[in-house]
Amino acid sequence: MFSYTLRRVFMVIPVLLGMSLVVFFMIRAIPGNPAQVILGQKATKEAVEALTHKLGLDQPWYIQYIKYLGGLLKGDLGESIRTGTAVSQEIWPYLAATLELSLAAMVIAVVIGVNAGIISAWFQNSWFDYIAMILALIGVSMPIFWLGLMEQWAFAIQLDWLPTSGREDVRNPIEPITHLYLVDTLLQGNTEQFMQVLQHLILPSVALATIPMAIIARITRSSMLEVMKSDYIRTARAKGLSMFWVVYKHSLKNAIIPVLTVIGLQTGLLLGGAILTETIFSWPGIGRYIYEAIGYRDYPVIQSGILIVATIFIFINLIVDLLYAAIDPRIKYNS
Amino acid sequence: MAELARNQVPLSTVQKQEEPVSLWQEGWRSFKKNKMALVGTGIVSFFILLAVLAPLIAPYGINEQNLSLRLQPPSSEHLFGTDDFGRDILSRVIYGARISLWVGFFSVLGSVVAGSLLGIIAGYYGRWIDGVISRIFDIMLAFPSILLAIGIVAVLGPSLQNALIAIAVINIPNFGRLIRSRVLSIKQEEYIMAAKAIGMSDMRILFHHILPNSMTPIIVQGTLAIATAIIEAAALGFLGLGAQPPNPEWGKMLADSKDFLTQAPWTMFFPGLAIMLTVLGFNLMGDGLRDALDPRMKS
Repeated sequence: MFSYTLRRVFMVIPVLLGMSLVVFFMIRAIPGNPAQVILGQKATKEAVEALTHKLGLDQPWYIQYIKYLGGLLKGDLGESIRTGTAVSQEIWPYLAATLELSLAAMVIAVVIGVNAGIISAWFQNSWFDYIAMILALIGVSMPIFWLGLMEQWAFAIQLDWLPTSGREDVRNPIEPITHLYLVDTLLQGNTEQFMQVLQHLILPSVALATIPMAIIARITRSSMLEVMKSDYIRTARAKGLSMFWVVYKHSLKNAIIPVLTVIGLQTGLLLGGAILTETIFSWPGIGRYIYEAIGYRDYPVIQSGILIVATIFIFINLIVDLLYAAIDPRIKYNS
Repeated sequence: MAELARNQVPLSTVQKQEEPVSLWQEGWRSFKKNKMALVGTGIVSFFILLAVLAPLIAPYGINEQNLSLRLQPPSSEHLFGTDDFGRDILSRVIYGARISLWVGFFSVLGSVVAGSLLGIIAGYYGRWIDGVISRIFDIMLAFPSILLAIGIVAVLGPSLQNALIAIAVINIPNFGRLIRSRVLSIKQEEYIMAAKAIGMSDMRILFHHILPNSMTPIIVQGTLAIATAIIEAAALGFLGLGAQPPNPEWGKMLADSKDFLTQAPWTMFFPGLAIMLTVLGFNLMGDGLRDALDPRMKS
């Protein structure tokens, strides 16, 4: 397992380097002079030259890349053109907001998706199975931004059950510690604020969870159906084990491997989807940070934001890979 | 005697032997039996008809404004209501089908062509070419796809055409990997070795033998990819990075409806429904094609 882990970790390095190269060339691929594009057509020649120099665009590209890579290794993600602050200094609150939203969405997607898939397989061809699978099919085809708007309209505007947007009640702001507000309010022992944060989290996380939930439910169902046909399950049932025990103890363990793969892949969808969800619900996460940066042509922020999200995605996939190698010994031996 | 017995075999039993059935005919038979796939094909055909016949069906012009009829709820005059410029939402949804299907189809076509070429080259020539192309695919797949699309549009500038290019680019590795794996298995087949042995050129082997034998997964994956491409185009439109006003692109229409959720929820309801139905149609059709043409890909 150790050598497999080591090999898998080493495989990440060239991908990370390649990603940094893509992101590095992103700003250089802007048609025309990037500094001119960033500052606009009315900018003075001096301002354009100053920004060209500041961004290092007046040097050969390989020197620029080496410097960029060196900066990245030291944690230097560049400087926001709009705010003049180092990206590394201002990015954490945004990143924490996205992490909180994505984690909440993943928990919802996994808990509901896996259980819906199990029950569908358990009661194959029942009304529950049909309804769950039709809902899953609709869920897969649902544009997340439409679902978000409909949730806002139904639960925030019409029923007035939950807040429309934002991450906290602006009249009762949270004193951030880790910037993960659920954790912060718990650490402060403030249950009122904790409930407020939870209420703000429900609509965006449900919107974000829908597609992964639908995919997880479909994969869990088909994976469970396959496992439940196998001999050892028939033996377990013949021995008189209860259905609940057979499903959750025997079948799920073997059916979970494709589900885990899908969960890993869905994280990318989730991080991408976060940009759309955050835009609808004015959630101050990294997606919104990148989206606003596009409006201001703040390319260092766009570059770093994309690089950070992609890096998180790679590491989540690495963890998932290692996790299913730990669950299924065939994976590490075959590779 | 034996000859006599052979001659006495009734002719009808010989003639009853079934005609050989091609993969496509067999696929079509199986596809026809799949009700969900037929529903999907019906939905897709409906939207294609809407797109083609838009000028004949749409009750109003694409940008026909009537400010005295701003944000009117659905009525017999305007079945889907009107937007903040007093434009008929039904007409804009009908015309929007043209944009979404166009972007979906052509972006996937771009990804298929580029992905197939790279996949074929990587799979057939192997060695360092395969290494380089496969690593490029790995790197592209390391980015969440919509994020990469946003990055590309941020560089190229927001427009429908650039959104199409971005969507085409982000889907290249999916097709590339698919074709590469097909080529790797097909090139071991005896008929490819035979073709090589008789001195057939690489180009002829690639384009006359390997590519036609890889068509099934391309068609299946392509249909499902159109669904994803339509959602991605709508997402870029929603973020203001795709179609620009006054184009009636569904995602852009949804973005515009955000400000009128309280007063006029119908401005949000119908464009979203159109996106969902189209995507559902392509998903059902793609699933049906997969089950019919490539049973190994069944999930």
